[in-house]
Amino acid sequence: MTDDVNSGRRRLLTTVTTGVGLAGATALAVPLVASMKPSARAVAAGAPVEVDIEDLAPGKLKVVEWRGKPVWILRRDEQTLAELEEIVGDLSDPDSEVIEQQPAYAQNRHRSIRPDVLVVLGVCTHLGCAPTKEFEKGASTGLGDDWMGGFFCPCHGSKFDLSGRVYKNVPAPTNLVVPPHSYVTENRILIGVDETEATG
Amino acid sequence: MSLINWIDDRFPLTKVWNEHLAQYYAPKNFNFWYYFGGLAVVVLVLQIVTGIILTMHYKPDADLAFASVEYIMRDVPAGWFVRYLHGVGASMFFLVVYLHMFRGLMYGSYRNPRELIWILGMVIYVALMAEAFFGYLLPWGNMSYWGAQVIISLFGAIPVIGEPLAEWIRGDFVVSDATLNRFFAFHVILLPLLLALLVYLHIVALHKVGSNNPDGIDIKKNKDKDGIPVDGIPFHPYYTVKDTFGIAVFMTIFLGIVFFVPELGGWFLEKDNFAPADILQTPPDIVPLWYLTPYYSILRAVTFEWLPGGAKVWGVIAMGAAIVMFFFLPWLDRAKVRSIRYRGWMYKTALTIFAVTFVMLGYLGTKNPGHIDLFLFENVIWAQIGMLLYFAFFLLMPIYTTLDRTKPEPDRVG
Repeated sequence: MTDDVNSGRRRLLTTVTTGVGLAGATALAVPLVASMKPSARAVAAGAPVEVDIEDLAPGKLKVVEWRGKPVWILRRDEQTLAELEEIVGDLSDPDSEVIEQQPAYAQNRHRSIRPDVLVVLGVCTHLGCAPTKEFEKGASTGLGDDWMGGFFCPCHGSKFDLSGRVYKNVPAPTNLVVPPHSYVTENRILIGVDETEATG
Repeated sequence: MSLINWIDDRFPLTKVWNEHLAQYYAPKNFNFWYYFGGLAVVVLVLQIVTGIILTMHYKPDADLAFASVEYIMRDVPAGWFVRYLHGVGASMFFLVVYLHMFRGLMYGSYRNPRELIWILGMVIYVALMAEAFFGYLLPWGNMSYWGAQVIISLFGAIPVIGEPLAEWIRGDFVVSDATLNRFFAFHVILLPLLLALLVYLHIVALHKVGSNNPDGIDIKKNKDKDGIPVDGIPFHPYYTVKDTFGIAVFMTIFLGIVFFVPELGGWFLEKDNFAPADILQTPPDIVPLWYLTPYYSILRAVTFEWLPGGAKVWGVIAMGAAIVMFFFLPWLDRAKVRSIRYRGWMYKTALTIFAVTFVMLGYLGTKNPGHIDLFLFENVIWAQIGMLLYFAFFLLMPIYTTLDRTKPEPDRVG
């Protein structure tokens, strides 16, 4: 019997069978793995959000939800913007050089399209906690005598200024993320659509 | 006995019974530390039974989950009891597993030829951490939500693939209903199946090579004329009876906690989890439950901004490495003897420091890094010292176990 065995053919058939089986298993795995990605409904819920900021007074914060994340819209007055220039020495990345953290049109001194209106995600860049607003200045906040107002993450103590820029020597590595956004009209912001996409 | 014969002709019932119980010869000198493997199996069974009952009443839906847990607590007959058994059971599971692992460290149970038992055990440990993590999201309390948010964000720290991977795990851009629903699937199907399989393999591997013992010596070297180890006794009835006694004591403690202090002052159930998940409001301190805090401490201890790529990603790497270290123990330990009884002062000191460090890291992981809860230094400094000692225990092991002056092992167990 053993003389009749064509071992070359047997090996080929075994290899081919194994190969086809593995290919089949891989092909099956693709849709199974893909099924765990955000669903069409989740993606649809990530649709742009339009916000009216006409009634937003200086020093006030508006929170809207976009893709399930809180987006902060903060109006800053001239004095605040001037003060933000004074603290650059305490900041980790005052000039927003980490380009992933904001679109190109927000990579400027005030990290925004309109100097007075800041749009950032209210999600700490350390581990995703929600920082709290600490707009009062000085020692009463418990954040030190020289605290100029900003955001404080209670989880691990990260501090951000009123442009969402991260202070030095805190756990958060980068500035708060500026989401893609654009102005539909002077006082209507569309969150989730880039400046260029909207105008172009 | 004809029924047994009938079955034996069709299934190796008597053979399996004898090989694993009635004629499985375990060393006669098992001590207190040998209770915890069996207790881990008991807790696993309890978690599965209580888990099945909870599944009958729980709703894995972001809008309904929190209320369904309250419904279990208030309206389901004995629902509070089943839920507290399950919640306390999770902590007790880790307690017995940690003691079981410490036993292995003391008596060298990971050494040749038991490397595979140890590795399978470590895989069980990792699977158990995943099971606990998935389960912790299900009540949809605020700590559930933010705990999951933080841990999944860790994957986001991985360069390039991090963010898509985190999205794939969540099934959404944030922790949401999709995340809750899939964590439920992992918690009640995937990991329990995996755990059952792994426990089976762990025991099969153990019964292939035989149990270690507090003297760390091989009882198979001394066999009588029938081939039975002279220092061995049949697992059943000797150790089944011993374990039953252990289970009774353990259940007394367990039920004492369930009935009188089911939250154990926030250690077994955190107070922030009695408020529903709120995406706009982070709890003041996000901390995992005690059994994961040693690693959480290590994660937070890496604050060195000068590291290439930033401190965050290295924190994640350090945390992963802390767990991976255990897998290499069988090859890091170069001592001539297994048991701590015959080792020199170096290993004894190292193991003591390691145990204290592990507990200290666990404690610090529940505290704010910037505060001072021990003495002198801020918690983060202590965590950094702890991290250093933790890794030193493993990485210096080949050196101090080689240098250590060991005593000769006796031939027979004492």
